Amino acid sequence: MAGLTIRDARKAYGETQVIHGIDLDIADGDFVVFVGPSGCGKSTLLRMIAGLEEVTSGDISIGDRVVNDVAPADRGVAMVFQTYALYPHMTVYKNMAFGLIQAKTPKDEIDRRVREAAKILDIENYLERTPRALSGGQRQRVAIGRAIVREPDVFLFDEPLSNLDAALRGQTRLEIARLHQRLKTTIVYVTHDQVEAMTLADKIVVLRDGLIEQYGAPMELYENPANKFVAEFIGSPSMNFFEASQEKGGFSIGGKKVSVKLSQEVNAIDIGIRPEHLKQTTKQKAVLSGTLDVVEQLGDHVLAHLVTGQGNEFIAKFETLGDIKLGDTLHFDATKENIHFFDKTSGARLV
Amino acid sequence: MAVVAQSSRFSKLFWPVLAWTVALVFFFPIFWLIFTSFKTDADAVKPDHLIFFKPTLENYINMTENYDYWRFAINSVITSTFATVLALVVGVPAAYAMAFNPTRHTKDVLLWMLSTKMLPAAAVLYPMTFLTKNFLDIYDTHFLVILVLCLINLPIVIWMLFTYFKEIPKEIIEAGKMDGVSTWGEIKDILIPLAWGGVASTALLCFIFCWNEAYWTVRLTTTEASTLSKLIEGNRAPEGLFFGRLSAVSTAAVAPIIVLGWFCQKQLVQGLTFGAVK
Repeated sequence: MAGLTIRDARKAYGETQVIHGIDLDIADGDFVVFVGPSGCGKSTLLRMIAGLEEVTSGDISIGDRVVNDVAPADRGVAMVFQTYALYPHMTVYKNMAFGLIQAKTPKDEIDRRVREAAKILDIENYLERTPRALSGGQRQRVAIGRAIVREPDVFLFDEPLSNLDAALRGQTRLEIARLHQRLKTTIVYVTHDQVEAMTLADKIVVLRDGLIEQYGAPMELYENPANKFVAEFIGSPSMNFFEASQEKGGFSIGGKKVSVKLSQEVNAIDIGIRPEHLKQTTKQKAVLSGTLDVVEQLGDHVLAHLVTGQGNEFIAKFETLGDIKLGDTLHFDATKENIHFFDKTSGARLV
Repeated sequence: MAVVAQSSRFSKLFWPVLAWTVALVFFFPIFWLIFTSFKTDADAVKPDHLIFFKPTLENYINMTENYDYWRFAINSVITSTFATVLALVVGVPAAYAMAFNPTRHTKDVLLWMLSTKMLPAAAVLYPMTFLTKNFLDIYDTHFLVILVLCLINLPIVIWMLFTYFKEIPKEIIEAGKMDGVSTWGEIKDILIPLAWGGVASTALLCFIFCWNEAYWTVRLTTTEASTLSKLIEGNRAPEGLFFGRLSAVSTAAVAPIIVLGWFCQKQLVQGLTFGAVK
């Protein structure tokens, strides 16, 4: 068991730099999720930790040991690939035992570890099959089993659920969470799905263009996003943004005033309010009004798509719509702590 | 494919007839060869004995008794086998490196290798003969024939293996790295088992090319390391029109490879289409 430290890590392919200096401390036993849009460098960073990509400059340490020049297998990490990457010509048992055989582990020890992992993952009955004869979900378990038997200090997961169908994805997600509770080993997990990030992580790293936008607990990111990018990326559906014009003692969205005192002087700001934080109110108290355009019924709740008088689209979340009809004008308010202000040019959060 | 879609009587008849005609045209020389090999040398040139003649094994007996067929055949087997093995021993690691650790120059190297096949062999005939005869003193040795056969087939071997290896997901090799497999282990335990069909096709094709090679095996040997190509060549000119005997020698030279090809048809088709058919 060990934590992970990254100091000013950079990665370049020739002239093109893709990771621009990452600093990160991951505590022992933490479940950390790297999340970000495609091309943000999250997979590259994971592969640098794994040792599959060289570190151009900076240091990556596992425990107290700098591992930049250590071979992948000697870093004390185990990886679960998106495509599972099982050895198709070996049985499930051999797939899981292969790494231990390479490490010259005694036979009875290998057998003990493989059977134990198989028991945890409920794949005991498939040990003599080849991966070809397994379903996607079972293959994923074998891939996880292959990582478990190596008893690593850090588990690395590279988008492990994206090849599974929706139902299985939810189930496997839960199993990974259980696995972490049971093994209490440090996990670094890459995904582009913010729902996975929110539900699994002790801490989330939001990456964009090879830089960390924010690092913190899921609710911290949800409640206090460091900038507009994080605010938009975390939460589903995304936060609504409104252009706001400056007024005396505050700002207004389409003529409706929001009083606030900002610590910094800025010219233009964006106001952000999450769909679930918009509460229906009277015309007089409203900070925001819109005409109902489209309704998405999701069973337990309703997503109402509205348009402001200025043509700004936004979403409000309702438990039920009642007798509201398309074309109706609705008025909304939100509590002060749920209204976020961002610098329009830099995107930084303003308090 | 549009041809398949039409089902008119014309196309139903036309295409099979065309296919058979083409096949027979291609097969005709072989057929003629086998036919002639059972004729006496005298019968072989008589027009009225074109189809009706008294079959004889005289040519074959003569060939094995007086022309040392078996020595040439064994030489062919030895040189083709070792050249193929050597080509794979060099080609597999080379193709592995290019498929899984490509650099900016990998494509150039592949093209350069192929370009060596574009050089006319005759252009280097003099230096090759001079070097091997007077300088290295390896003229007419098995070693030389194996080396030359290996080298001329190496580009095609590496190209084929490269294409097969490319189809193996990179992640599987990376999983091997995570599991602590050595480079040799990756090749032996992961790559070759996964690309077994491709390696077999490549080996087979390489063996056939080695067996059929004539330009160098004829010119760089005299007796010791001569292959069946040399036996055919030797029976061609010097003693005039011995077509029956020449045909027998030729039939005996091509028969093993045709039989081999027949049995490995499936592998060969896969090999020749460079993995396009899976």
